[in-house]
Amino acid sequence: MKRWLAMVLVLALAASAQEALKVGVVVSATGPAASLGIPERNTFLMLQEILDRTGGVAGRKVQFVILDDASDTTQAVRNTRRLVEEGAVAIVGTTTTPASLGMIPVVAEAKVPMISLAASKDIIHPVDAQRFWVFKTPQTEELMARAIVADMVARGVKTVGYIGFNDAYGEGWARFFETEAKAKGLQVVVSERYARTDTSVTGQALRIIARRPDAVLVGASGTPAVLPQRTLKERGYAGLIYQTHGVANPDFLRVGGKDVEGTLLPAGPILVAEQLPSAYPTKRVALDYIQRYEAKYGIGSYSTFGAHAWDAWLILKPALERALKRADPAKDMAAFRAALRDEIEATRGLVATHGVFTFGKDEHLGLRFEDAAVMVRVEGGRWKLERTFR
Amino acid sequence: MDATILGFLLLDGLQNGVVYGLLALSLVLVFAVTRVIFVPIGELLMFAPLSLVWLLSGKLPGTLWLALVLGGAWALLARGRGAALPLLGGMGLLLVFFLALRFPPLAYPAVVLLVVYLGVASYRVFFQPMREATVLAFLIMAVGLHVAYQGLGLVFFGPEQFRPEPLLRGDAVVGLSWQGVLVLLFAVGSVLGLYLFFRRSLFGKALLAAAENRLGARLSGIPPQEAGMVAFGIASLLAALSGLLLAPLINAAYFMGFMLGLKGFVAAILGGLASYPVAFLGALAVGFFESFTSFYASAYKEALVFLLLVPALFYQSFRVRAVEE
Repeated sequence: MKRWLAMVLVLALAASAQEALKVGVVVSATGPAASLGIPERNTFLMLQEILDRTGGVAGRKVQFVILDDASDTTQAVRNTRRLVEEGAVAIVGTTTTPASLGMIPVVAEAKVPMISLAASKDIIHPVDAQRFWVFKTPQTEELMARAIVADMVARGVKTVGYIGFNDAYGEGWARFFETEAKAKGLQVVVSERYARTDTSVTGQALRIIARRPDAVLVGASGTPAVLPQRTLKERGYAGLIYQTHGVANPDFLRVGGKDVEGTLLPAGPILVAEQLPSAYPTKRVALDYIQRYEAKYGIGSYSTFGAHAWDAWLILKPALERALKRADPAKDMAAFRAALRDEIEATRGLVATHGVFTFGKDEHLGLRFEDAAVMVRVEGGRWKLERTFR
Repeated sequence: MDATILGFLLLDGLQNGVVYGLLALSLVLVFAVTRVIFVPIGELLMFAPLSLVWLLSGKLPGTLWLALVLGGAWALLARGRGAALPLLGGMGLLLVFFLALRFPPLAYPAVVLLVVYLGVASYRVFFQPMREATVLAFLIMAVGLHVAYQGLGLVFFGPEQFRPEPLLRGDAVVGLSWQGVLVLLFAVGSVLGLYLFFRRSLFGKALLAAAENRLGARLSGIPPQEAGMVAFGIASLLAALSGLLLAPLINAAYFMGFMLGLKGFVAAILGGLASYPVAFLGALAVGFFESFTSFYASAYKEALVFLLLVPALFYQSFRVRAVEE
């Protein structure tokens, strides 16, 4: 009897505290994807401070419930279930593609809108009954591959070699890059794989050099992307070397040093925000984010990955405001979540740090190629804007 | 495939192979003396260069605190006079680290000492109390330690790779850097050193005796637990030195050690976890095989290397009859 009483009391308290809108956040703050997940978590911690100070959304408090999935799919799914049960109005996350894919059935079953922070196009395409509930903010491999191929064509490259991770990241890039390259008349003459944990890629490098491609694309992320590039240089490869946007963090420059000088890579425009022409639509928003992030976490601490989290909130905030006018989460949570999903999908021309988002019935990424990708070159150990596609 | 490519591949295979070889020798040594398959040796190998990078940038690495905690546990377990070694060792370690913050060249010996201390303490704290257990129980403990050390590696050093400065710059010949030469020389030196240690020194002979027949060795006055500590010490020393020499070539990260250790283990299995020369030759074979598969079928390299285990295990299972522990 006493226990029942206690529970009723707790429920009553919970009901009175329900004023705060709960937004569930799943990120990979530990594990192999931690270098991406930590800035995402930091961004939400920063947002929480800002919202507490400014009073939330439409007069209602917002509470981010941030859970770490340790870069593990099972944990991500478990976290998602928990957040749904705790009454999250929407889920943001997670950092990695496999875990994001795992979360889709959960949010679709519970009918909760979700904004993923992972790269793969498979997360939002095709928009079927399950992906109806799923959106995402980061650029897809397809979009970035388009930028690389456009740059290669502009430089007169005819033949290319590819070396990538032997996992979902490397395979995904191989698929999208090779399709896009063929469509634009480039010839992929050699396609090699290596493991994140490999200590030597001499064999692969030799095979690539033997085919003499004009350019090589390394389909890898983070610091393990340095090894193939260094080996290629050591073995005397003199052509162009491209990397993917997965290396756009300071650690890549630190470990790569002189070996990665001259690397070309596609990136979200925020990577070189200061160098963007002043008419570039995302410049102001990106600089605002960088300034806030660096004020809290130190100069030079921001990364493009945290900005994906910021973008997710930029999308979510006005959608929440509009959805609050249509439904009351305290009365009917299901109706509110559905209204929120509709309002996210109704986002038009929203300027964020990585591009301009316009969602639609069959378009749950919503980034336009022209605003969402720029080509960057490594010069003197810094990122230098090479070209935009506007 | 022409002669140049063949030459490069052979050099690459040799350089990887000797490192697997040193790890294989360490694994065989530790297994022979203690029946422990020392899975976390890869983590110890990575702790050395990562701690070095931390120390050279003026920070104390988390591994130091880990070593001191384990040292404390060791002292508690040993109690009495036996506690002197871990306590003095721990204090010495702390002292060397603080000195190394001032005098960077001291960082190299400091991290080697750290890893050796960590290795010996791991044996004393985790394996020695369960010394009568089965090989399987030891293996489970070793895998547990591997998972724990790898996780701690992430906490201490973060998710990204680090590249310490090489001791020697430039290339000896095209395809082999001076640092690579250093790795080869170190491997040859260690193999010779181990040979002399086991054949010429009383301590080495005692260790061999303990490996051959623990009960017999005990009856001849060789304490098995001391033999175990020495075996772990030697294995950790080899791991630390290989790690320091190798890191500038491969970039060190917390997750990189396991694969190296696993390939050393494949080589050790080729030698039946008993023969030192066969294990070393097996390691070279793994190195060459890996180098050539990465040229011909890079997508399947890992699978092919571990497939080498199958014929080796078949051969062993036909050759040796099951022996009761």
